[in-house]
Amino acid sequence: MTTAIASRYTAEYPTIAPTLPGQNLVWLTALRQEALSKFSALGFPSLREEEWRYTNVSAIEKKLFAPSVIGKVQETVSKELLSKYQLADAWSVVLIDGHFCAELSALEGLPETVTIMSMADALAQQPDNLERYINQAVNNDEHSFVAFNTAWFTDGLFVHVPTKLILEKPVQVLHLSTQNDALATTRTVIVAEDMADIKVIETFVGMDAAYLSATVTEVFVGCNADVTLYKMQCESDKAYHFGGIYVKQAKDARFTHHNFAFGGLLARSDIHTDLDTASECELNGLYLGINRQHIDNHTRINHLKPHGISRELYKGVLDDRARGVFQGRVIVAEDAQKTDSQMNNRNLLLSNDAEADTKPQLEIYADDVKCAHGVTVGQLDEKSIFYLQSRCIDEETARNMLTFAFANEMVDKIKIKSLHDQALEQVLIRFPQEGVNKEWL
Amino acid sequence: MLSIKNLTVNVNDKQILKGINLEIKPGEIHAIMGPNGSGKSTLSHILSGKAGYTVTGGSVTYQGKDLLEMAPEIRAREGVFLAFQYPVEIPGVSNIYLLKAALNSIRKHHSQPEVDAMDFLTLVKDKVRLLEMDEKFLYRAVNEGFSGGEKKRNEILQMAILEPKLCILDETDSGLDIDALKIVSEGVNSLRAADRSFVMVTHYQRLLDYIKPDFVHVLAHGQIVKSGGAELALELEEKGYSWVEDSKAAI
Repeated sequence: MTTAIASRYTAEYPTIAPTLPGQNLVWLTALRQEALSKFSALGFPSLREEEWRYTNVSAIEKKLFAPSVIGKVQETVSKELLSKYQLADAWSVVLIDGHFCAELSALEGLPETVTIMSMADALAQQPDNLERYINQAVNNDEHSFVAFNTAWFTDGLFVHVPTKLILEKPVQVLHLSTQNDALATTRTVIVAEDMADIKVIETFVGMDAAYLSATVTEVFVGCNADVTLYKMQCESDKAYHFGGIYVKQAKDARFTHHNFAFGGLLARSDIHTDLDTASECELNGLYLGINRQHIDNHTRINHLKPHGISRELYKGVLDDRARGVFQGRVIVAEDAQKTDSQMNNRNLLLSNDAEADTKPQLEIYADDVKCAHGVTVGQLDEKSIFYLQSRCIDEETARNMLTFAFANEMVDKIKIKSLHDQALEQVLIRFPQEGVNKEWL
Repeated sequence: MLSIKNLTVNVNDKQILKGINLEIKPGEIHAIMGPNGSGKSTLSHILSGKAGYTVTGGSVTYQGKDLLEMAPEIRAREGVFLAFQYPVEIPGVSNIYLLKAALNSIRKHHSQPEVDAMDFLTLVKDKVRLLEMDEKFLYRAVNEGFSGGEKKRNEILQMAILEPKLCILDETDSGLDIDALKIVSEGVNSLRAADRSFVMVTHYQRLLDYIKPDFVHVLAHGQIVKSGGAELALELEEKGYSWVEDSKAAI
């Protein structure tokens, strides 16, 4: 039997494979081989797949992005981008073109019991530990971006917080892409043991170049632990971005995700979480599309056990010819009685050529649950405009204020001051500021 | 202050106001009462410039100027303030931001410089205390998650800070419990001034126990069918609206 090779990327793999970390690990090699054969058979996802029907990634196949080589990258790093995005009040880890960069990372003062190390180092130093986590929150069957990442990942990060430890400062993972046609494939594993508490910020930025960043983050939230994850996607406007976040929540675990999708030519986020008994998750999202940006957000909340609570609010502002996609699935298993779930997606269209595709899905197999969802696609509320006018504000300013406010509601949910200000800046540079006075905010 | 002459207004080709005449002098408080559907809210909306109404006849003159010619924000900057029956929630904009934007719009309209940040804060905090509000309200999003009473108090707070000349209170008492009603009323009473007039649109007499009007007008079927002093409201409360509606029919 012969299998048709669906992707040109597969042909490149033999030259790339020897450079990948974890060569000597039998389990990882097997995992990568399985992933490779899945990816080879399917290629990147196509519009025929239900969960990719609004997002055409065929340009990635045409481009043939290639992994960068370690050592070559350092001198090209833009100091300006780093100083703009690296947060001073966080432990920070910098990944450049898919490789950990120790010199630019700042981990001084990290509690000794906390592990934050590059994925390459972690695979070398504690492979057995990694075997317990890699591809456990997601597997290669999910879709071929996941398989692609499994086969291709060059590095990434391993974060481990022990039982009962509350990490005082957030951890920032700054993904920086610096080269045209480069591929950045990283795998990150975040583990919060029982009753631990951690906040992680994944920041994606790039220099003015066309590149592909294809990352997978697996998160394990222990019993009664609390993980907050922020994603600041500020890729270059020529870049392709896939970022998948897959979460396993134990009993009473809390997981909060804030997804800010600002950049990229074509950007797709997956956030999937599995909830155990009485665990809670909150998914917030803001996507701002201008020019010809295509921004796709895909969430899946899987209530597996009783008494889970989920809250989801995604808001999109789309201007010019931008297209925003929201696909939100909430699944309530037969066993997940007393689930309490709310999902909302609201879209603001600022131009006639902008498009929002929204598809909320509730799949409920239990009979004693409280689930709600709502979707809106539209323009600004006339009542609100009149209210502001009656408060002395002219119509144009009122419209700008309300557009800003629509987005700012999500920015205001950020509890980390420096990150809040970064997100605010991103909102302000994208939409008309006439009448929005930054000093008064 | 305000002169309404033979005002007729349509909504979707249906005549709602059928010739309103009203004179309001500086410092006066007028109550407009009437049953549901009498045109009370239409009158307050038309004065504040809400879209969706067609003026088919008559005039409204405010401080010598044609009010109907002005955009809503110009009316507001000229000193017309509408306290909404249902104040709008605006997540993403803080109360204090809106207050600053509004106040500075008025100052700009009158060719004055922006308000000094410290002076503004002092002013706002004074008024917050007056209305027995928590300072935290200032930093919360406009009306978001506020109770009915908090929303109405917030309207009066805006009024206290913007210092309008003509205040239109649209069903301010609706949804207020007795404590909130007292606080709101005290807020309004503290704003009474020789150069400031009030139009209170209300269904019930209750509010008038706390804010004593100089004149009471009863609106029915789009017309003012009876005018009198504060005692008219009590008589109405006793006899019901059918009394004036019937008396009109008898004319």
